[in-house]
This record gives sequence, structure tokens and C-alpha cells, in this order.
Amino acid sequence: MSEFYLDILILLDSTLRLATPLVLAALAGLYAERSGIVDIGLEGKMLGSAFAAAAAAAVTGSAWLGLLTGIGASVVLALLHGWVSIHQRGNQIVSGTAINITVAGLAPTLANHWFHLNGQTPLLDGPARFQVITWPWVETIGAVPVIGPLYAEVISGHSAITYLALFTVPLAAWVLYRTRFGLRLRAAGENPEAVDTAGISVYALRYKAMIINGVLCGIAGASLSTALGAAFVRDMSAGKGFLALAAMIFGNWKPVPTLMACLLFGFVDALQGRLQGVDLPLIGEIPFQFTIMLPYIFTVVILAGFVGRIQAPRASGIPYEKE
Amino acid sequence: MAAEHSIAPLPGWAAATLLPLLNLLAAFAVSGLVIWAIGESPLDALKFMIYGAFGYGEAVGYTLYYATNFIFTGLAVSLAFKCGLFNIGGEGQAMMGGLGLAVVAIGLDGLPAILLVPLSILGAALFGAAWAAIPAWLQAKRGSHIVITTIMFNFIAASLVSWMLVGVLKAPGSQSPESPDFPEAAWLPKMHELLAGIGLEVGSSPLNLSFLIALGCAALAWFFIERTRWGYEIRVVGGNPGAARFGGISVSRSFVLAMLVAGGMAGLLGLNELMGLQHRLIANFTMGYGFVGIAVAFMGRSHPFGIVLAAILFGALYQGGAELAFEMPAISRDMIIMVQGFVILFAGALEHLFRPQLTWLFGRLRAIGGTGV
Repeated sequence: MSEFYLDILILLDSTLRLATPLVLAALAGLYAERSGIVDIGLEGKMLGSAFAAAAAAAVTGSAWLGLLTGIGASVVLALLHGWVSIHQRGNQIVSGTAINITVAGLAPTLANHWFHLNGQTPLLDGPARFQVITWPWVETIGAVPVIGPLYAEVISGHSAITYLALFTVPLAAWVLYRTRFGLRLRAAGENPEAVDTAGISVYALRYKAMIINGVLCGIAGASLSTALGAAFVRDMSAGKGFLALAAMIFGNWKPVPTLMACLLFGFVDALQGRLQGVDLPLIGEIPFQFTIMLPYIFTVVILAGFVGRIQAPRASGIPYEKE
Repeated sequence: MAAEHSIAPLPGWAAATLLPLLNLLAAFAVSGLVIWAIGESPLDALKFMIYGAFGYGEAVGYTLYYATNFIFTGLAVSLAFKCGLFNIGGEGQAMMGGLGLAVVAIGLDGLPAILLVPLSILGAALFGAAWAAIPAWLQAKRGSHIVITTIMFNFIAASLVSWMLVGVLKAPGSQSPESPDFPEAAWLPKMHELLAGIGLEVGSSPLNLSFLIALGCAALAWFFIERTRWGYEIRVVGGNPGAARFGGISVSRSFVLAMLVAGGMAGLLGLNELMGLQHRLIANFTMGYGFVGIAVAFMGRSHPFGIVLAAILFGALYQGGAELAFEMPAISRDMIIMVQGFVILFAGALEHLFRPQLTWLFGRLRAIGGTGV
């Protein structure tokens, strides 16, 4: 097998891994915005869940209990944002920012209080962490040329959360476009008056969207500290919530294109890790600061409408007032 | 809503003072719960914080030094808000302002202070303004949502500056990402040095001339918005873009103008942090001040005078918090970030939380006192 092919496969493997939290968080943002709530607090919810998951996993020794705790923490934050946005008709941008900042301070404070590790949680291993799942017959199939390494390197060998994340994309597409709930949810984000006139509660729809948002952000956060990493570290979400937001816009508020955007951003991330310190012919060494800002530049270009046309949900960010 | 209007609305002065005060108390109460939960006394913490922020000369100096940053970023949010735009890019604009300042200060090394200081300030304002003008233009002409573009621009600015700090602007021989020192002519004098010059003895602190510049900017911002034609147009666009367009006001021009001024204000953050204290460009010197500017603008009701007061409050929170972290080992700087978050939540996002209760209370007072209040 050629060296180059194997390189590509390893790159794709890290793409999937790095895209996992992005996919989950971007879908979380998508549910919220489709229901009419702007959510720039994805970052804070991921961070909160990353902490809660790592802390619970460290104490109970179970990654799954950690995941549940992370989801719980994230849902609480999501409902707080929902309450501010829906019942208090507060400014959704300010609320998201407040959640991001509060969690950035609260998580290391609690970590310090409980574990005395300078704002971190203890290192997780064994069942306290999501281990990679090796698919059956990797040895046998791996020996098959071309397809074999693809199976062994890219498809097999991820944590349960990565497979779960990939599954949530078709699920979101099905929920949004093939169920009555999805139709109503999208209507609440486009034309809430019509939903209200039909006798359906806009508030209830938006709260439901925020619960889904919290669950997805919770899984995303848990993946950071109990699957990709092995502990909670201060500020470990490192802008991934905003990147997910960018991916959602890049994907035009649609599940499958959003997945593609996340994979693209994940690939850019994997590539920059791979190219670090590599002297490319003609171009020389690409500074990693450039590769880091590529997704953000993509998003601005897309937003500017220079490439394709995007359409945000019309009522997104506008509090609904009952007649 | 109709029911709310049938009873007398809350008096303006109460909405402007009592509501923010109640919100602040609520934020402190929730923070106090967390402090209590980790086994410290919230009252002691409050005592340490107030003493740490205002208790002695140096403390006041530090409080005002931090407040300077918040005046700049608070104005940056509120000036855009006057035009109906949400500028969440103060962080990036401040970062680029720092870059502009560094380029001028280092590039024009050799000029006397009387020229170098104003030119560096100009560099900071221009770079910050330009960085804000692009999202404004994209919003005006292409309909790109300015909240998202300014967030993206924050990340792009951070990457750009950190790239320059390991490349063209890197200090020779230094391991960390920082520029060479600015020439001394570009340093802003510290307040305690200035005051010593006129015979006043005050504690030494990083408080520098930028504080007075920030106050001047607040006054200028008020004048610009309330007393000039451009400011008037910006207010009309912010109030009702449709009406503004009918009235012959160019909405796009107002967008760009408001963001230019806002970005320029944010760009001046570097005056305090870089020209006043660090004397070189360092990565991440903006430290989230741009985001806190959102809370400052909201608490200050987008009025320059209110912003100065809110900035001093946040300055006190920073300085008092640093002191608190020193006095109570269980409390770290993280805790202060959390308190800020709660203040932003209550004072910004939940600003109307207590309005119904307060309105009811005032209604009762009126009923009791006849026509009073």
C-alpha cells in the first residue's frame, strides 16, 4: 500500500475525530435557530458539559454516567437560555455571551474546589473514558487492498460518541423534514404567528428545541473531556462552539450540509496538525495561524453571499409575543 | 402587554437606576451562593472586594485602570447599538487597534513623543475602525448578519496578530509571541507620575493618561451622537431604518459610520494596556474586555455617563476580585470571571426581570401616597 494513501487515511481518521464535537454542537445550534432562538452560547454549554462529564466520570469511574451528567448540565444551561429568550424576551446574544463567560469561570472554580488540581479534573482512564471501538474482523478485512485499510483506519477505531454524532445527522434531517414536530419547529422559526394561529404553542416548541439543543451540546462537551481528551482542562472548548456556529451557517441551517461543513472544518484542523513544521514545495511552511483562521474566513465569505445563497430562519432571534 | 400599560408605567428614573441596581444585587446574590457552596463566607468576600477595589489609594488607581478598558469597549458596543447594530467584535477591533498602534509606534521610532503619541493613537483608532467597517459594509450591502461576522472577525484578528507576533513583529531573541518594546516616546505617562509633577502624592498603579483620554472619548461620543447631524442620522436609523430611508437618510452610510466610530473606540483599548503598561504588543492582551463591554453598555443604558459608571463598577469587580483571590485562597480569578458572567446575565439579558414587581410596587406607593412619586 502506498505511503500517500495511508497518509490520506490517517488524515480522514483525524478529520472524523475532530469533527465529532463540531457536528453535535452545530446540530444543537441548528435546532435552536430553526425554532427561532439564536444560540451563541454553544461554547459555554460544551464547556459546562465537558467539566460535568469529566468530574462525574472521575468520581464514578463510568464514562456513561459522565456523559449523562454532562448532558444534564448542558440541558440546564440550555433551558436557562430558553427561559431568557422565550419568557423574559431578553437579548439572546447577551444571554449566550453571559453563559459562555459564566461557565468559563464557574467550571474551573468548581474543579478547583472538588479536585484541587489547579482548575482541572483528574486524568481519566479505563472505563471512565470512552475507549475506541475496534470493529469486527479488522485484521482480516484490513488485509484486503484499498478497502481494507479504509475499514481499519477510518471506519473502525472511533469512540461511541463519534458514531453517535454521525447518527444524529440523518436523525435531525428526519425529525426536521419528515415529522410533524419538525414541521412545527421550522414554522416556529419562520412564521411563529401562523403556528400560534393554528393553536400550537410557540413557547413549548422553542423549549423543546432548547432541550434537544442541550442534549446535543452535552454530548459534544462530554466528547471533549471523556473521549478526545482524558480530563477537563480550563477553556478546553477553545472556540469550538463558535466554529460549530460557523459550520451551521456554512451548512445553510440544514443538517447534511452542516455535517459537510463540520467535516471540512475538521479536515482543515487535521491538515494543519499534519502540516505543522512541514516544508511544502513552492509554498514553504504554512503558518498554523493561517490554517486556524480559514474556517472563519470561509464563513464570512459565505455570509457575504459571494458563494451560493444562504437563508437564515426568518424569525430567528426575535422573541415571540402572544397576541 | 395591554394590561401592563393600563397601570401607570415605571418612572424613567426608577427604570434607569433601580432596575440595574436590582439586577446587580441579583447577580451578587447568585455569586454569593456559589461562594457559600465552596465553603467561604460571601459577606467576607464582599468586604475584601470592596476594600480591595476602593479601600486605599493604589486600589482606586487599579480600579480606574481596569475601568479605562471597559469605557473603551462599552462605548464600542453602545455606539453601534445606537444604530441598531450588535457589535460583538470589540475583542477583535481592540486586537487590531493594538496592531495598528504597534506598527506606528515601532515603525516611526525616533519621532518625539509630541508626534509619536498622537500618531500611535491614530494608528490604533484607524485599525480598529477599519476592522469594524468591513462587517458593517457587509451588513449594509450584502445583508451578512453583523453578530456572526464580528464573531468571525474576532478569531481572524487573533490569528492574524499572533501570526505577526511570531513573524514580522517578533522581538529578536524572545521566545514568547511579543513585539519589541515601543520607543519610550510612545509610552503614556502614569497618573501617579503626572500628579507627582504637580505636587500630589498618590499610590503608584498602572493608571495612566488613557483614563483621561477615555473620559474624553465618552464626552465626544455623547456629543457625536446627540449633537451632530451624523449622530442624529445614526439614531434615526437605529430607531426605525424604514423611516430613515424614507426621510432620505442613507442607512448603509449610517451603519458604516457608526461601526467606524465604534471600532475606533475599541481600538483605543491598546492605549491603556500597551502604551500605558506593557510597552509592547503581546498576544491576547484584550483578555475578554471586548465581551464585557456588552455588559457595560447595557448596564450604562447606552449613555456615555452611564457607561463610565458601569465601567468603574466592572473595574472594581476586576481589581476587588484580584485582591479577593489573594486574601481567600479558595477563590481564584476564575470566580471573578463567573461573577462577571452573572452580572452580564442579569444586567444585560434579564434587564426586565424585576420590572413587573417594581411597577407593581410603584403603583402601590402611588395608591397610598395619592398623587405622589
